[in-house]
Amino acid sequence: MSASPRLAANKATPQEQSVSNLPEHAVKTTSPSPAAAAVPTPLRMQIKNLNFYYGKVHSLHGVSLDVATNRVTALIGPSGCGKSTLLRTLNRMHETIRNARLEGDILLDGEDILTQDVTRLRRRVGMVFQKPNPFPKSIFENVAYGLRINGIPEVHHGRMADAVESSLRRAALWDEVKDQLHKSAYALSGGQQQRLCIARALAVDPEVLLLDEPCSALDPVNTAKVEELLFHLKENCTLVIVTHNMQQAARVSDSTAFMLLGDLVEFSPTPQMFTTPTDPRTEAYITGRFG
Amino acid sequence: MSARLTWRKTVNVVMLSLTGVCTLLAISVLFFILGYLVYHGGKDVNWDFFTKLPTPVGESGGGMANAIVGSGKLLLLAALIGVPIGLLGGVYLSEFGGRTVPFIVRYTADMLNGVPSIVIGIFAYAVAVMPVHHFSTVAGGFALGIMMIPIVLRSTEEFLHGVPRSMREGAMALGASKWRTISSVVLPAASRAIITAILLSLARVAGETAPLLFTAFGNRFWSPGWGQPIASLPVMIYTYAVGPYDDWHRQAWAAGLVLLGLILVINIIVRTILARGVSAQRS
Repeated sequence: MSASPRLAANKATPQEQSVSNLPEHAVKTTSPSPAAAAVPTPLRMQIKNLNFYYGKVHSLHGVSLDVATNRVTALIGPSGCGKSTLLRTLNRMHETIRNARLEGDILLDGEDILTQDVTRLRRRVGMVFQKPNPFPKSIFENVAYGLRINGIPEVHHGRMADAVESSLRRAALWDEVKDQLHKSAYALSGGQQQRLCIARALAVDPEVLLLDEPCSALDPVNTAKVEELLFHLKENCTLVIVTHNMQQAARVSDSTAFMLLGDLVEFSPTPQMFTTPTDPRTEAYITGRFG
Repeated sequence: MSARLTWRKTVNVVMLSLTGVCTLLAISVLFFILGYLVYHGGKDVNWDFFTKLPTPVGESGGGMANAIVGSGKLLLLAALIGVPIGLLGGVYLSEFGGRTVPFIVRYTADMLNGVPSIVIGIFAYAVAVMPVHHFSTVAGGFALGIMMIPIVLRSTEEFLHGVPRSMREGAMALGASKWRTISSVVLPAASRAIITAILLSLARVAGETAPLLFTAFGNRFWSPGWGQPIASLPVMIYTYAVGPYDDWHRQAWAAGLVLLGLILVINIIVRTILARGVSAQRS
């Protein structure tokens, strides 16, 4: 299992050649949004032969994956398959864990992220977590936080208020909180808190937004709101979402990666993944035979 | 069966009453002390007590204005030493330490917390009094500050541990450096609890006598400066209580009442801060 699973899958099935090209292909053919047209490369991020270790535990085995610009890429798989680990390497959040070690390359717009300044990287690649984690500050200050710490010079006084408003609008939260911006973020409901966290991540205008099971702590109504939001966000942003919920992956994503025990088993356009999966293990998982 | 049931019910009633009686005893000690202090010292807690200097021996009246201000100055110095060291040390333990260093520091802090206050007084005497050959306010504040360090350090560490990891990750994921994350998210999240701990540690050292006996020493007049001996309520209580005059004894009771009142006030402030709840967090 040391070779790239995509290549391994290649040998297994003749159709795989076209399958692995499809995410890129999709960007070129399906009506491109204006933002996508402006970006020279259709791939926002490329993961090449990534191996990851927690101490001696080898938890990602040579994963290679392409993240298409302004598309939603979903990572699915049973608990412990490494999907969250993979997601966290994309903005180097794994570095907060002791004994974590990484081999391989991750490129953002063709540049290696591992040699970049981590502060700059995390501004470009934002993250939303499983549980809403607002700061113990007001709604306004939560959204403004990223702008303040990054010392974005053009954002002063009135500009800051504008930036906060536009971020809250993008996260579809503005109408609900516009009259209580200076109340504590904890006064909001769980679903609103999660959208606040999305607004907070959007405020620094990231190119990529990573979402780690963003709806797992939310009720169906709020889940629907967040999913609706993701659909709009991909106009200006590339999204990578980890989810336990296969229906959610099917609803929101353009391409889906299925992972199992640290291996990337299959990476296909979402409609194909859920109708005609090429790998028997994928089929077993999405039809509910395990996981 | 029914005899067994009766036995179980009896044991239940007896144990319940026992715990109730012990609770009552525990709180009645405080009220007994308070009542005793009010009975003996209540009459002498008047305007003069707060505004006048002690009178010369044999003359009645006077107050302890110098000791009240002195205790305030000593506590200020103690806080200036104990709070930064304890706070930053606690941040290090909670946020930066590996495994061995925090273990050693924690152990040392607990030991320091257990050192008898008289020993801390001797240490402060050796370090801050002997080299300059006279007692001083600074030496007294130094001794009390040392006593504050382990309390502030351990409680800061504990409260910072209580801040969820997800909050730190939220800040780091926005590109905040580690220090920025700590100063702008982690510390504010725990600020209420930490302020409480600092106030409680101040209340604790406010009543210490032994470390002051041969550092701040005491003074029957206004202290002329930070480098000179200074009066404090606990030392004044000690001096007056062992003195031979009835008038002094009454004033000692009054000083005890004021000191207890001061500590009660600090505790009430702490309760108020804690009761304000999360929603009142700064905008």
